[in-house]
Parts: sequence; structure tokens; C-alpha cells
Amino acid sequence: MSDAILRLDDVHTDIAQYQILHGVGFDVPEGGVHVLLGRNGAGKTTTLRTIMGLWRARSGAIVFRHQDITAARTPEIARQGIAYVPENMGIFGGLTVEENMRLASATGAFDEERLKRIFALFPAIETFWDKQAFALSGGQKQMLAISRAIIERRELILIDEPTKGLAPSIINAMIDAFQEIGRDTTILLVEQNFHFARSLGRGATVIDDGRIAWNGSMEELARDEALQTRLLSLSMAEAG
Amino acid sequence: MDSLNSLAGRLGGVYLLPVVMAVLAFVLIGNPSTWVTLTVAGLAMGMMIFLMASGLSLVFGLMDVLNFGHSAFVSFGAFIAASVLAALGSWLTGSSAALNIIALIMAICAATAFGAAAGWFFERVIVRPVYRDHLRQILITMGALIVAEQLLLAIWGGAPVSVARPAVLEGSFVFGTIAIEIYRVFAFLLGLLVYVALYLVLNRTRIGLLIRAGVENREMVEALGFRIDRLFIGVFMAGSALAAMGGAMWAGYQGLITPALGGEMLIIVFIVVIIGGLGSIEGSLLGAIMVGLVANYVAFLMPKLALASNMLLMMAVLLWRPYGLKPAVKG
Repeated sequence: MSDAILRLDDVHTDIAQYQILHGVGFDVPEGGVHVLLGRNGAGKTTTLRTIMGLWRARSGAIVFRHQDITAARTPEIARQGIAYVPENMGIFGGLTVEENMRLASATGAFDEERLKRIFALFPAIETFWDKQAFALSGGQKQMLAISRAIIERRELILIDEPTKGLAPSIINAMIDAFQEIGRDTTILLVEQNFHFARSLGRGATVIDDGRIAWNGSMEELARDEALQTRLLSLSMAEAG
Repeated sequence: MDSLNSLAGRLGGVYLLPVVMAVLAFVLIGNPSTWVTLTVAGLAMGMMIFLMASGLSLVFGLMDVLNFGHSAFVSFGAFIAASVLAALGSWLTGSSAALNIIALIMAICAATAFGAAAGWFFERVIVRPVYRDHLRQILITMGALIVAEQLLLAIWGGAPVSVARPAVLEGSFVFGTIAIEIYRVFAFLLGLLVYVALYLVLNRTRIGLLIRAGVENREMVEALGFRIDRLFIGVFMAGSALAAMGGAMWAGYQGLITPALGGEMLIIVFIVVIIGGLGSIEGSLLGAIMVGLVANYVAFLMPKLALASNMLLMMAVLLWRPYGLKPAVKG
């Protein structure tokens, strides 16, 4: 697949004495949202952290824009244009919203157009601009984490379970925001909320027990309830 | 209780504690001139301890390193300053205030520069191999402190070393019945200057922003594209340099120093960091001033309790706030 922005090939990752990823391999096509689905403990977060260099792959290859980043350090990977929004959002609570955003900008200065776009996507960011981030609600923190990831032009954004613990109204706002962001950036999204994933994803990869269980289009997965039940222990009725 | 907390918060929150202590001490001491002398002594002592403790707090907050060898920089700072001052003895005792001050500045600069260089070596050789392993950090940094004490013994000998003070800082300011030692005022002002400089660096510069973010979440700072290991070296060197500067000032304050100084200061410095809250410069300042004031007030009011006063203060603070008075926000 020549249009893949990111390619994982037979990636094995260990955490302490436990092997978590057993030869994970899939492509993330350029543009739009690609969803990584799987049960709890399947290896989704480990996959994102391994791509980001936060955990080291023992073997295999991670290729980003035709460049092998398997052994690269996290800051180098980030500087190549990959942003990461962890499951815990990684917000610096003691800093203001502005300081959180400024830290994510390579020069410390803001592109005004981009900032306006972020304020339009997430008005709360502008409202709480000079407030300390620890005072934000869970949804607002998630908005800040995503805003931080898009304050500069990124090639790829890795987002880990952004809807976890959020109210349905905020999840709907997130869907709109991700559709907008996905127009000019590729997103690799780890998600357990199938409704959310289905609304956004073009492609989907299902991971189970550290191995790729299925790979294809989201449309195909959304159509086949038996496949969902087999892969995710989930039916559309359950997922809402 | 909530309304009391809210009122205290509006009046300054935990920053009010040193004021409350001072007011309480004023009532108990009864004599205004004695109270002023003790308060100034406590503030000066607090500022010198702040110099020593602030680096340790940042190193722990940012790097998660328990550095029991931190007070070795205090000892070396004190002895290097004492040696420089002894070598410039004629400048110190001369009538020229300018030469007096230059000698003192040279002594402080020599101690601080040594602290920074030794900090670089310490981080590279001793601390780097044991990142993320607290048990080994404790063992190896304690070992380094013992080695440092032996080096001090080998270089300066076991006998107490007297520290010369510049003539311009000898004596006291006298206001009626109140006498305030000039050296204490100088120590207080220098500590205040360092605090303001640290505050500005941490709150007004990009490096400061990175340090504050790194104290909270190192991994995320790396994920934003910054090499946190480079920040570690810088912070470790700055922390060691500040400890050495604190040691140099402490040497002049005490007038007589021994190689056991580092071990003695280690406990006080850790108490300050624990009271203040890990990773917080404001917390270190608050903790240091409280420790300085309590040590002086209790030594006057209840001399038998003086040695235990800091421990009791720490216990009281931890019972009230288990993470210290102003810990760095985490997440």
C-alpha cells in the first residue's frame, strides 16, 4: 500500500517480563480517521505507545512516511509530525490553558488562523484560556488535549480513547471536531465506543491478545454484526 | 470549618502560616526587640535553607530522583567559600567596602561554580545509571555523601575551619533597643534575590515552562518533542549550584564549619522539601521560612525542645496536608 502514512510490520513489544504485542502489523492510510478497536487489555494502548517510542518494540518495524522510526526517541518522533493524546490526556494541571498550548507549539508562538479554528471547534478553550488546567472538567481537559495536538500542523495524531468518561453531548461535539480535524490530518484513533468509532472511521483494525484479528473498512465492520460480536464481544444494539 | 478555610484562603492560604507563627511568637516572647532579633534570624536562616532545599525539590519533582547526596554540595560550597575567603583575607579585613564585597562575591561564585560542575559530574556518573530505581538512588547517593565527607576530611582535615566574614558585613544595624546583624540582612536579601530570579525563570521563560511541565508529566513533555534528559542535566546543575551557594552563605553565618555539615543539613533540607511539597519552589520557600522561624522561636522559648522542633513541625504539617503545603500539581 503506497498511500500508507504509517506502517507497522511484525511489531513485538514487552512490558517488563510480559509480552504484550505479538507481531502486530497494519497500515494506516493517509488522510481521515483509522480506528484501532479491541477489547480491554488487547494491546491498543501499547500499540500507540510503541509507535510513539514510549515503549520500545523488541522486534519488527515501524515506518512513518517511508522512514524507519522503530528505534527513534520519543522527542524525535514527535518532531517528525506525530502528536499523541494519551488516555489520561496528559494535561499539565499546574499550567494555564494558554501555557499548555504554548508548550505544544515548537516555537512558543501561535499561528493565529489555527488558533481561531481551535476556538471555533472548542469554544471552552478560549473561555478558559488563562485558567489553570486542573480546574477544567473532564470534557474540557479532553478538548485541551486535542487542541494541543493540533496547534501545529501534524502529519499524524494518535488518540487514545478520547470519549472515556465523557457525557454523550460532549461525545457528539468530539465527533464533529474529529471530522473537521481529519480533513487535513491523519488520525489513528483507539476507541471502545463503537458508535463513536463508526461515525468517524474509514478504516478499522481490530486487535486481540496482542495480535491483529481483523483489518478492513469500517463500513464492512459496521454492516456485519456477527463479525463485531466475534471480534469485539459487541453487538450494535449494545454499542448504541 | 468551610467558611474558616475560605477566609484563610482569601487572606493568603498557607502563605499566612509564617505570619501566624510570628504573631504567636510575639505574644509568647513579649519583648519586641527580642522578637525582632529572632524573627530576622529566622528569616535569614530560612532563606539560606531555601537556597539549599530549592534544588533538591526541583530535582525530585522533575527527575523523580531521591538525592541523599545533595547536602555534599552544601558542604563543598561551605569549605570552598571558606578557603577563598581565607585566601583573600587582606581584602576582607581592609577598610575598602568594595574589596570586602568583591571577596565575598568571589567566594560565593567559586562555591556556586563548583556546585554546578560537581552537579554535572554527579548526574552523569552517579545518578544517571539509577534513574527510575529509588532504592538504588538512596544507596548510591548516600554512599556518595559518605565519600564526599571523606574527601572533605582528606582536603581540609577534621578540625573545625573558621570562616572569615567581610568587615562590611560585621556588626549590626541598631534601631533603639533592637539590633539586627548585617550578615543576616544580607543573607535574607540574597535568598530573596535568588527566589525572585527562580520565580521569573520558572514563570516567565520557555525553559521554566518546560521545567514546570516536566515536574508534572515528564513523558508528555517528551511526547511534545522536547528532550527532557537535557533539561535534567540543567536542573541538576542549577540545584547543586544553589546548594553550594547556600553552603557558602551558611559558612559565613555559622563562622565555624566541620565536614559533618552536609549530614547535619541533609535532615533540615529534607524536612523543608517535605513540608513545602515536592517539586515546588514556592513550597520550598514557605517550608524554609517556617523551619527558620520555628528553630529560632523554639530555641528561645523552650531550649530543650529546639532539636525536635523541626520534626514536630513536619509531623504537624503532614498530619494536616500529607503532600506538603504547596506541592507541584500532578496531572
